Amino acid sequence: MTTEPIPPKGLGPLAKRETRFAYALLLPTFLIVLSVVLFPLFANVWISFKPVTLGDLRAPSILVNERLMGDLAAVGDEADIRYRIRNSSRQSDITDVFMTDTLPATLDVLTFDDRCTIDDSAIACDLGDYEAGKREEIIVRVAATQAFVDAPINVKDTESAFDFLPENILLNDDFTLENFRKVFNASDFWPVLWASLYYTIAVTVGALVMGLFAAQLMNMTFKGRSFLRGLYLSPYVAPVIAVALAWVLLLDPGPGGTLNALLIQLGVIDGPISFLGQRAVDINILGMTLEFPVALTVVIVFEIWRYFPLAMLFILARMQSVSTDIYEAAEIDGATPLQQFRFISLPQLMGIMAVLFLLRFIWTFNKFDDIFLLTGGAAGTRTLTVNVYEQAFAVSNLGAGAAVAVVVFLILLFFSVIFFKFSPEDDA
Amino acid sequence: MSRFGNIFYLCLLFGALWGAIWTILVTLLALFISGELFQPQVTAGALAGLIAAGLLTFFPPEKRTLGMRVLAGFVFVIVLTVASGATPMGLAPSVYSFGQLVFLVLLAWIMSQSIHLTALRFGPTRERRYNVEVICLRFIKGFGLVAFTIAVALPFFVMVMMSLKNQQLLLSNPLDFSLNFAQGAEALFRSYIELFTQYHFGSYLMNSPLVSVITVLITLFFAVPGAYAVARLKFPGQHFLSRSILLIYMVPMIVLVIPLYAIFSQLGMRNTLWGLMLVYPATTIPVALYMLQGYFRGIPAELEEAGLMDGLSRLNVIRKITLPLALPALASVALYVFMIAWNEFLFAFMFLDNVNLYTLSRGIAELNSSEVPRQHLMAGAVIATVPVLALFLWFERFLVAGLTAGSVKG
Repeated sequence: MTTEPIPPKGLGPLAKRETRFAYALLLPTFLIVLSVVLFPLFANVWISFKPVTLGDLRAPSILVNERLMGDLAAVGDEADIRYRIRNSSRQSDITDVFMTDTLPATLDVLTFDDRCTIDDSAIACDLGDYEAGKREEIIVRVAATQAFVDAPINVKDTESAFDFLPENILLNDDFTLENFRKVFNASDFWPVLWASLYYTIAVTVGALVMGLFAAQLMNMTFKGRSFLRGLYLSPYVAPVIAVALAWVLLLDPGPGGTLNALLIQLGVIDGPISFLGQRAVDINILGMTLEFPVALTVVIVFEIWRYFPLAMLFILARMQSVSTDIYEAAEIDGATPLQQFRFISLPQLMGIMAVLFLLRFIWTFNKFDDIFLLTGGAAGTRTLTVNVYEQAFAVSNLGAGAAVAVVVFLILLFFSVIFFKFSPEDDA
Repeated sequence: MSRFGNIFYLCLLFGALWGAIWTILVTLLALFISGELFQPQVTAGALAGLIAAGLLTFFPPEKRTLGMRVLAGFVFVIVLTVASGATPMGLAPSVYSFGQLVFLVLLAWIMSQSIHLTALRFGPTRERRYNVEVICLRFIKGFGLVAFTIAVALPFFVMVMMSLKNQQLLLSNPLDFSLNFAQGAEALFRSYIELFTQYHFGSYLMNSPLVSVITVLITLFFAVPGAYAVARLKFPGQHFLSRSILLIYMVPMIVLVIPLYAIFSQLGMRNTLWGLMLVYPATTIPVALYMLQGYFRGIPAELEEAGLMDGLSRLNVIRKITLPLALPALASVALYVFMIAWNEFLFAFMFLDNVNLYTLSRGIAELNSSEVPRQHLMAGAVIATVPVLALFLWFERFLVAGLTAGSVKG
């Protein structure tokens, strides 16, 4: 009489505890990523549908001007205390405006606005909603008493206080498609997209090839190798602003630009070239005129210079993990160095190179600071990311910038899906 | 087999190429150091290199003694001088004459060494394809080393040198990087001193480390438990999480900057260091988590299971067994995160308006205007670069191991 053993269903108590523990460990990470990455991503999409400019971020508030209209020199003199109140913003409304102020106790209050209540010398007014740009006056008629004449008090000595709810420009229900229309109708949208893709592909491939070459060099044994490896890594390690500005001065077309002076001294060029300011130069090859993009190429060279070390590092690590037996066997079979590289090293490196290509492709596409610091997006070097900044902060149209950012994000999402499809399964 | 073959002709070719390359480079070095307008004699250098290579590789390898190599270098200089009309560096020998001599000796030594190493162990004979490739690759690798080194070092060299000069000298002769030590240390480092006395660099140099160190601490505090969970514990969604972490790291900063700018402005957190200390960890935690989980997987689970058997709680296992074993990875992640936070430009640039809160990157951006002389800008760049570079080179091995551990497998 044996019953077939049945595997337990669902999670056992131990597994449940482990799951709870794992979630507890991941909770902080999850929270910070949610609040600083995922929520802003959502907020960006939200903003891209709103007509928001940079100036709108300053919340609207209530401005008041308090004045005594009239003379209170003798007992029984009457005068008006006038509050001029207005909404500082011409675009957004303010709701639930509530004013409180203290009047001099030695004044007799005669009449006042029917929205106000007076309790002893304290006045409180429920002014309701102020739509954009609204202004109005509240008048309180007072008469002087003997005590006031003896010791006059300036009514402005007590500041009036306000309590109100400004409309949040980011939270109202004002939506528009204008931002996206603007982005796609802009004459430079397609050139910018092409420049981004051209730049990204050229930098990724260039940095990989250079990294592969440098890794080959660093795989030799020679004196001073570790020093050179440290040196080769420094473009990647140094702050981007430091190296970018060093390049800007190096390439300066004016007096004091090192590279131009050097090339003139060597007799390579006749006059200075504006490496970062010239959009294109015509080159004649076999009767054909080709347009060579100068600034874009220089920016690409800078980016390759800055990111080849990363490719070198990863390729080198992979190369050093390849066992030497294979090379010895090939040596015995008479394979030449180039054949060994072609048929042994390259196939072994293909995996890491593919991963590097995809990762670098996405990160290069994301890059903003480098081009911004080198050219500011001028001379045909404007990529989509620079365009985000340009729209949001230079033109001060946050909504339009956010719309470009949405386009950037969608393109990246597309690339990421490809990346996930082709990335090797290495989490075993 | 004939006495002379393809190897000899290749050596002649590479000798000529080395001659041209080193003549240009050494002449430019002399120009940079002296400030005299030397002119590289490329053709003469190539001819001299060809003849010197012919002389040295004419003999079989065992006969290329030190004396022979010195002779080849000497011949190189003679031919260079004659072919260039007694101006081996483009100026009359009377200009900067002792210096010229020193640079010519240097050039001769480098040339004979380059030819010798390129032709090492090969006679001037005809050889198989294997050896032809070996000798070609030697030249290409040698050239690659020279080219990479110069390309990488030149911007840094210019950065340092410009920071020690003054604007008038820079504009009058931009190729003159000679330093005037006679003016005394204070005059030499004037732009550095002025940055600290007039441009608040003292406070930037406090803010940057503060923000970076806090970022590192927060990142580790968040990422270590998370990485442990992803690497070791079994829970629904584990596989999905371990793959989607990197996806977070691919979210472009520029997409986050508009909403964060808007939200932080309204919350009053924009112009504060706290704002940066919240944003930086959020962007570094995913990559730190990814690197750490790769390393945690490499630690044998048996060690932790032994701890569990002996009655340690999970938290104590992490504290007493896993973390000590993962110390190298923790160090490399910390260093990498520090580097990211120290170098970060976009958010510092967008968020900080108050001079007292500037980080170094933000402070240098402020120097980038036509009113500030260039040497100040470059001095600022040097101040920002030196700490992070020194730290990195010091711990390079750690970092390289940690950076590549997560992703390079099999």
